Amino acid sequence: MEVGIRGYGAYIPRHRIRVEEIARVWGADAPTYKRGLGLREKSVPTPDQDVITMSVEAARHAIRRAGIDPAKIGAIYIGSESHPYAVKPSGTVVAEAIGATPEIHCADFEFACKAGSEGMFVALSLVKAGQMEFAMGIGADTSQGAPGDALEYSASAGSAAYIFASTQLVAVCEETYAFMTDTPDFWRREYQFYPRHGGRFTGEPAYFKHTLSCARGLMKKAKVKPKDLRWAVFHQPNGKFPAKAAEELGFTSDQYGQGLLSPTLGNTYSGASPLGLTAVLDVAKPGDRILMVSYGSGAGSDGFIWRVTDRITKVQKLAPQTRAQLEDRPIYVDYGTYAKFRGKIRKLTE
Amino acid sequence: MIGPVRYWREIPQRYRYEAARCSGCGKVFFPPRLVCNACRGREFKPVILPQAGTLETFTIIRVAPSGFEDQAPYAVGVVRLADSVKVTAQIVDCDLETLATGQKLRLEFRKVQQDGASGVLCYGYKFVPA
Amino acid sequence: MREVAVIGVGMNKWGELWEKSHRRIWTEAALAAVDDAGVDRVDAMYVGCMSGGLFVGQEHLGALLADELGMGPIPGTRVESACASGGLAFRQAVLAVAAGAHDIVLASGVEKMTDVDGGAATYALSTAADQEYECYQGITFPGLYAMMARVHMERYGTTRRQLADVAVKNHAHGLLNELAQFRMKVTAEQVMGSAAVADPLRLLDCSPITDGAAAVVLCPLEMARKLSKQPPVRVAASAHATDRIALHERDDMADLASTRHAAALAYKQAGITPKDLSFCEVHDCFTIAEILVIEALGLTARGKGGAAAGSGLTAQGGKIPVNPSGGLKSKGHPVGATGIAQIREAVLQLRGEAGKRQVPKARWGLTQNMGGTGASTVVHIFERAEGRKR
Repeated sequence: MEVGIRGYGAYIPRHRIRVEEIARVWGADAPTYKRGLGLREKSVPTPDQDVITMSVEAARHAIRRAGIDPAKIGAIYIGSESHPYAVKPSGTVVAEAIGATPEIHCADFEFACKAGSEGMFVALSLVKAGQMEFAMGIGADTSQGAPGDALEYSASAGSAAYIFASTQLVAVCEETYAFMTDTPDFWRREYQFYPRHGGRFTGEPAYFKHTLSCARGLMKKAKVKPKDLRWAVFHQPNGKFPAKAAEELGFTSDQYGQGLLSPTLGNTYSGASPLGLTAVLDVAKPGDRILMVSYGSGAGSDGFIWRVTDRITKVQKLAPQTRAQLEDRPIYVDYGTYAKFRGKIRKLTE
Repeated sequence: MIGPVRYWREIPQRYRYEAARCSGCGKVFFPPRLVCNACRGREFKPVILPQAGTLETFTIIRVAPSGFEDQAPYAVGVVRLADSVKVTAQIVDCDLETLATGQKLRLEFRKVQQDGASGVLCYGYKFVPA
Repeated sequence: MREVAVIGVGMNKWGELWEKSHRRIWTEAALAAVDDAGVDRVDAMYVGCMSGGLFVGQEHLGALLADELGMGPIPGTRVESACASGGLAFRQAVLAVAAGAHDIVLASGVEKMTDVDGGAATYALSTAADQEYECYQGITFPGLYAMMARVHMERYGTTRRQLADVAVKNHAHGLLNELAQFRMKVTAEQVMGSAAVADPLRLLDCSPITDGAAAVVLCPLEMARKLSKQPPVRVAASAHATDRIALHERDDMADLASTRHAAALAYKQAGITPKDLSFCEVHDCFTIAEILVIEALGLTARGKGGAAAGSGLTAQGGKIPVNPSGGLKSKGHPVGATGIAQIREAVLQLRGEAGKRQVPKARWGLTQNMGGTGASTVVHIFERAEGRKR
């Protein structure tokens, strides 16, 4: 039985902040940051947007493309490191809002930036196991970055939702693979508001080792080479890492460019590679094969190879497309507004 | 401030826009009622409200009620949903200076309020420029 | 049904009464009314109060205040209808006297609003709107009236300046009212330049937060001369109507249907038309409210209310003075007391005791008190008793 994606949806907030504006406040050199990180601006969630609201919107878009009765969705898994509640699932709200309750299994996932692909992996597996007709996996974050930290230039917001099924697929899952070790490159302790990270340690032994190993293991398992794949999507903490990883693997910018959103979106953490995939599906043609490799600190990568079906062309325009949302009437904010929106200004009375 | 029970009770309306249409005269009620205030009929059929509409009137709230202070200034309007009822809701992601009646809007799922720093988060509908 | 008269009125100086408690404020006004009537007993009393619970944490006002007045064990009833609580308390008293249940009845209203901060006061007032489908979204009362104003302005061409004219007129009237909270002249420029509250409404378009109380004494008209030395004022009509509480549920958001209905009933009961009125005391909780109300009362045609204040039609000396007391705008708006204070003003005018703000040859006076965005309206018409044609 072939299983794969039946519907997909993306959601990107409209507010933005530019690298220059953040650099201005912290006395940093904007051109250096833009060059070093390979990004120009990032999305900013308003105070009324969080993982739950963005997930609902992405899920509704996915349902429109899947053309299914949401009551038949058997599971919903939301991966994020910014679930609005410490205790109380994001998934219950989303399932209720899309009309998928009460006969549904639900869990919130956390594995740094890999939580979204994790949810996809498990949802896909449940359908493959014949446990349910439809399952939903979502990656979403309103990423945190401490004031003045390098992360502040990239940590952004967005979500992507996938409905997995065995019928009327838009993309068949040809192969999956996972690669993981215990590597403390980035973490956030309980009750802490901002994550901490190991600086340059987050590069070679963390992002690159796991992303490249996962991609190589996946391609070996699937017996494919980069030239067999039309598209490649990687976790994108900035604009530079995924491009470097892609080229080291032998992919060209024609293959990885469409799914590389971070230069103008920033790092949506759990939403990053899932949103890269929605951007690719928006333009993919029947028969195209897509490699997708996520990365989550701690550390590990999930890998998927998708083969796009004929149905893709019928669903691409049924809901807002990813790059169209990225370009839709951006609203630029200054750092003060950004700091207020993101709860970076704490009142004495709180 | 709103507590969890009052919030929870309205979830079908706040999340899924469940309304009721009077079987007697066709009038739509949001939220559903037991008696139609137009024909006094007591039979209704469930309907889901349309999720797009037109701005009929609005204001910019500059002095906000408790719990909304950090959102000010913000727009609240009465939106007529396509061929259906009017609802009161915030208009967001819009330019407060150029907002105008007659503007086409669509619904988005947003956080509407929260019960302080530790209480329940309250979600619902807001509108954004279509 | 017996005909009813008002034989005593009382009110204290309104404002931010930091040193006075809720019960003290009420008792001052109630005693003033009892003393004005010159009666030595009250058979029953009604208290209009919107939210003793949220403003001062005190409910059960009927019993509390009957005892404060030293009148226990008489029946004391608290009446609530948002900002129309006072007018409705008066109506309950009228009905009780008319029905023969009681002879001497005290109708009163009180609100102590300054014990809580501005945010809490705004919240308490907002409970008069639909909590789940209006307030949940972050709307306020200024915001709701602002939305009504926008409809009126866009449909009828009512201007920002015309809204300001209402405040200018009512503050000019209030200058002559020694009990008013804000006795100050304001200009249209000051109104239009005051802080934005809820566009298009500004601070000086809004009635203030006020502590205050008012009370009146009623009895059967036929007993009035025997019970009191005061010239009786006849209650010629008492009407009450409701509308949908949520503004968005109304077909026409610039039409105060409850006021229109109550007014029609009242004119019929009194056997008069708007042309017969000498003056009106109306619920100008916001400048736009007075414009909407005078249209609903039939003082102007629909959509023509905007010009009334600026043209002098509704000013002292005009064809139909509206809010000679200064209205809620200048006098203050302790919500539960407002409806009673309007009636006090009407009685003083019809007795010819309104001093510098006396409307000449006043014979018929109308009071209009409303709750929320007009979901409740109480209209009363009064007549100078000795002026009646029998």
